[in-house]
Amino acid sequence: MTGSRKLLIFGGMALAAFGMLYGLQYALFAEHQTLDHMGGSLAQSFTAAASRNLAQSHAALEQYGKTKYDYVRQVDAHSHWIGLAMLMIVLGVIFERVNFREGIRQLVAFSLLAGSALFPLAVILQTYHHGAMVLKALAVVGSALVIAALAATAWGFARPRTTA
Amino acid sequence: MPTIPQQVPDSASFAPGKSARGFAPAFGPSAALCFEQMSARRLYIFGGIALITAGLLFGDIFAVFVLHQNAARQGEELVAASRAVAAGNVAAVNEVFAHLGNLLEDRGTKVDAHVHMIDAGYLALLLALVQPYIALSRRTKKSLAVLFIAGGVLLPVGIFMIRYVGLAGSPFAAIGWASVLADSAGALLILVLLVQAWGFWKYLRSRQLSEPELPAEDSMPRRALLTGGTILVLLGFVHGAYYAGTFLYEHERMETVILQRLIDAATAGNLDAATAEVGNLGGLAGARAVNIAAHSHIIEFGLLAMLLSFVQPFVFLAEKWKRRWVKLLLGGSVILPVFVLLELKLGLLAGGIADIGGLMVIVGLIGMLVGILRYAGGLDAAENDAAEDVR
Repeated sequence: MTGSRKLLIFGGMALAAFGMLYGLQYALFAEHQTLDHMGGSLAQSFTAAASRNLAQSHAALEQYGKTKYDYVRQVDAHSHWIGLAMLMIVLGVIFERVNFREGIRQLVAFSLLAGSALFPLAVILQTYHHGAMVLKALAVVGSALVIAALAATAWGFARPRTTA
Repeated sequence: MPTIPQQVPDSASFAPGKSARGFAPAFGPSAALCFEQMSARRLYIFGGIALITAGLLFGDIFAVFVLHQNAARQGEELVAASRAVAAGNVAAVNEVFAHLGNLLEDRGTKVDAHVHMIDAGYLALLLALVQPYIALSRRTKKSLAVLFIAGGVLLPVGIFMIRYVGLAGSPFAAIGWASVLADSAGALLILVLLVQAWGFWKYLRSRQLSEPELPAEDSMPRRALLTGGTILVLLGFVHGAYYAGTFLYEHERMETVILQRLIDAATAGNLDAATAEVGNLGGLAGARAVNIAAHSHIIEFGLLAMLLSFVQPFVFLAEKWKRRWVKLLLGGSVILPVFVLLELKLGLLAGGIADIGGLMVIVGLIGMLVGILRYAGGLDAAENDAAEDVR
């Protein structure tokens, strides 16, 4: 097994396991509370408005927005980690068909692994620092690494076979 | 463990598989084709494609008959909530939100059933790929495959039934029988995966393949599925990055802004403005939904195409028919997400075309399924040889 395939398969398995464990702990300890809080805040903003308590209504709606912002990112990061890991494992099985020399294949595999780990991590960290530019930039860098690696992989698959 | 011979891909051969030797010669090759026993790998491939096909079909039916109607009813409930706020009726507001919860549960369980059925299918195809590296007996592997497919069917069925069964006859305070079925099926899938992991650990210790690897044929359908699949995943990722960078934050901000305007209008008794804001909220939810659906569907179809590229040696069809199913599948994989995105501009026309795209993928999958059913089992025969050598 070549180094690039090992990187993709074992990196993918590790990332999938991490993503699943993260999702499991979130589901066990945070998700239901978050969903209750989200639905409760929205309902409270309407009931407070019905009681003509507009300050409480605004505060509840603001809380709903913040909770949803966090929830969406937690779920997205978890599913992107696992989804990208699955993609890495599948690519790892057939990576010798990417028609570049092994050095380039290893670079592509490393880009995919680094981007797949970094991009969801930056998304998760945004829940602790809403709107931080550094974290947005990290997410962009992570997704750019994945996009570049996938483009190179597609190109490598499409090239006529000249290398092993 | 024996040395595994290199397999010759022969998907067009009519030679009967070795497992057909129990039949009288008068039955001929066609009988052998019909009665060839399935290996674990072929069960995973057949079951996986069947699960994905059923999941896609369910998704298409859901999109046509439930999705838009559900969204419209959510809008009606929000209009009712604004009327209750205007009237200062707190009890009515709570009642509306209880109805909204039911609508969201109806939508959520159906989406979950659709997603879980397709994901179980993907996992089955992945397991088919790794079977040579699972050092367990042929019988154990086949039993595991049957259990996995059963779990993959029962899990989404259980999720779908949650809303309809409710807590009827359940001894638990908050968990109904449908949830018990879904959870049990999920546990079954986890159990099978754990045993597979144990088999993989045994392989790592011995480094001996338990059956032949899939042939590394370099055919046009296989290359097209691999390249097309990777491009689809790439397009999906580019679109996701574009959406996140351009619209995600704005859409999140707009949701609370619109909700605030809705509440303010209702409190002021301006019911027309409140109704208009419900429409705005629906439009925003639609924009987010189509972007996320297009992003996830194009990536899923890309991954599906890549997985299907591995199983082409099991598709027992003439090359031209294999090419046709591949083209249909890849065409549908582009049409569905593109026209889902265009729903915002073209409305129901685009929705209809997107559904046709989904049907194209389903027909392509069924075509491949037929090919797998017709497969004579040359690779399975080699597995039998390996198993007999072991004995």
